[in-house]
Amino acid sequence: MNGFGIVRGLWVTFKHFLNTYLEDFKAGKKRYFTDEGIRSRMDSKVEGIFTIQYPEEKMPVPEEFRYIPFLVYEEGANGEKNDRCTSCGICAKVCPPQCIWIVRTTDPVTKKPVPAPAEFYIDVDICMNCGLCAEYCPFDAIKMDHDYEIASYNRFKDNIYNKARLSRPVSYYAKIRPVNYAREEAERQAKAAKKAE
Amino acid sequence: MSEQIEAHVTLNPAERFPQWLTADTRPGFQGYLVNPQNLLEFARAARDELGYDLLSSVTGVDYPAEGKLEVVYHAFQTTGGPILNFKVQTPRDNPVVPSLVGIWPGAEFQEREAWDLLGIRFEGHPDLRRILLWEGFDGHPLRKDWKEAYYEDEVKPFKSRWPDGQITRSEDKNPLKDNLRFPAGFDPESWIPDGDEALYKGFRHLMEDSGSELKTDRVILNLGPQHPSTHGVFRMVVVLDGETIVDAKPVVGYLHRNHEKIGERCSWIQNMPFTDRLDYITSMSNNFGYALAVEKLMNVKPPERAEYIRVMMAELTRIDSHLISVGFLLNDLGAFFTPVLYCLEERELILDIFEAVSGSRMMCNYFRFGGVARDLPEGVLEQIKELVEDRLPRKIDELDRYLTKNEIIRVRCENEGVLTAEQAIAYSATGPILRASGVPYDIRKADPYGIYDRMEFDVAVRYHGDIYDRYLVRLDEMRQSIRILRQVLREIPDGPILAGKPQWQVRVPAGESYGRVEGPKGELGFYVVSNGKANPYRYHVRAPSFINLTSLAEMCRGSKIADAIVILGSVDIVLGEVDR
Repeated sequence: MNGFGIVRGLWVTFKHFLNTYLEDFKAGKKRYFTDEGIRSRMDSKVEGIFTIQYPEEKMPVPEEFRYIPFLVYEEGANGEKNDRCTSCGICAKVCPPQCIWIVRTTDPVTKKPVPAPAEFYIDVDICMNCGLCAEYCPFDAIKMDHDYEIASYNRFKDNIYNKARLSRPVSYYAKIRPVNYAREEAERQAKAAKKAE
Repeated sequence: MSEQIEAHVTLNPAERFPQWLTADTRPGFQGYLVNPQNLLEFARAARDELGYDLLSSVTGVDYPAEGKLEVVYHAFQTTGGPILNFKVQTPRDNPVVPSLVGIWPGAEFQEREAWDLLGIRFEGHPDLRRILLWEGFDGHPLRKDWKEAYYEDEVKPFKSRWPDGQITRSEDKNPLKDNLRFPAGFDPESWIPDGDEALYKGFRHLMEDSGSELKTDRVILNLGPQHPSTHGVFRMVVVLDGETIVDAKPVVGYLHRNHEKIGERCSWIQNMPFTDRLDYITSMSNNFGYALAVEKLMNVKPPERAEYIRVMMAELTRIDSHLISVGFLLNDLGAFFTPVLYCLEERELILDIFEAVSGSRMMCNYFRFGGVARDLPEGVLEQIKELVEDRLPRKIDELDRYLTKNEIIRVRCENEGVLTAEQAIAYSATGPILRASGVPYDIRKADPYGIYDRMEFDVAVRYHGDIYDRYLVRLDEMRQSIRILRQVLREIPDGPILAGKPQWQVRVPAGESYGRVEGPKGELGFYVVSNGKANPYRYHVRAPSFINLTSLAEMCRGSKIADAIVILGSVDIVLGEVDR
């Protein structure tokens, strides 16, 4: 029968439309703007509409989520920042779009290189968020951040991150990537114990 | 049965045609070298006598040290088996090679691409114009001596980054002074674009007589490049008689970024994230193909668990891509965006898994040579299990229920955009298009890679070759993918996920290799040549979306203009891969 296809199609849409309201009524107020509600809408059992109302709501990102890299520093007892980075340059060499610039420190007296970065730049306009730098860093000094809200007003000035902008404490790293952090710490302690023997 | 069929003739090309073929004896190279004057004879014999009916890939390699350009052909039999690799060498200062369009029409776009990027002239090609670059472009960029704007160094890593990395922005270099070149005698101020003249001239013979009883004019119409239903920046020039398409020509290259030149500047591992950007919907599949090609050269084998993870990711990608394809088919039919969003719901859940596993929803960059980047995080397997056991089959059944018998879909899609099996093979179509035309060719079965030889699944095939059958093939393939995923989830072992230690610089022995996978869009091939250094010497992508477009004109002829949009949708192109 001609035209029946249209009616059936509309019926499908109408059912979906009704379903969104049904789910909202079933879950009640807690469906929106609560952590539980957000997680329930990311679950594979979710029915109805499952849009996350960004920016009022934010999707929790998984641990492996990667965005712009950051540099990890250890917090000293007196509040000094000890960079893990030794400016070995592996991240700058493995970077596919070549967006990392590192200035190595040289000792002012002996003129020999010192294993610490004097400056560290990342051009975030060029960074393709691939995560190779974090993957191949032998010192766990560069890691991928979870912060994806990095819009700025001046791309010439604000989108070249220097060392001060890139540095984050270890505690921040431990917070956003607990599993990775725990694994790396265990490895480090095992290595240290082996050395002590 | 007393009768016996005996094979009297050998199918080994070297034994069969010793007069034309010499084996390629360079270390690490396979296949045969053919003289340019024997190429046509050999190609015809390879197709008709040896059964290599589908020309998969045509590309070129520049060897400036030897003063030679080499054209590399890969052909296979649609009945299965390994690939036939043959090459033609031609002097670099006057590179002319006979065109194979007469034997394999599927060579048309690929030969144009080789002309465009390498400057190899194909004698006898019906329409040898640039395809990816614009007409005023100076030089052929894949020649080794060609240098791009903002050229810094022959290969990455650039020396300016470390140890004294004083930052410079490429933008700050004056682009109009020393970074832009024009052909000799070219003045950008007085230049008037004339690039489309040659294209329109190709249609002149169609414009004269419409052949109809009414005195009507034929019209040339540009569909796109800015058009909502071309899936991106794609242009199709059509000759119309009323509303009927007389002839059509796709115009591509608007997103061209010379992926292959970037690949040759990058080191082996640096290429991996760039492959994500080819077909950005199926990045896991792209990773797979590239990893296979390089692993063949390096001669490493991923551990068991990595093989299972790879297949799992590739099949989830296939479902993801086919969901989009089916959804957007409805978009092209005029059901604007509501049905697509029903398909995107499940895709969103698949992308959540990709994000948890690889760190990114679409630009996965997950495969490494000899394994994968990291193990599956806790809980992901359960998530995938829930999807595979319940949610995805439910969605596929739902689509089947809504769409397969829908009268609008049947009226619009049946017997529309028909490609017969012979045509599909001749035009080098692969993937769902080839299988919808009745050719059960699936690389996962025909030339198995990874652990597909252990998986139990059927090759989806339909026989009418129209849009409706392409839709059905995609639906069937999703079901088969679920079947594979169930087996993978049942059998996935524990263990390491990478052969050897993670390395940021891999040693790749000299040689060539062609890695191909059955991507969701068709045969995705990576042809790489290594000279033992830290960077690929040549890196070529056999992009299925691009080559499937070769048959677009054939499918569109005689259709109405509104149907051409649907036909294009059924080819399922992604412009990131077409233009590269």
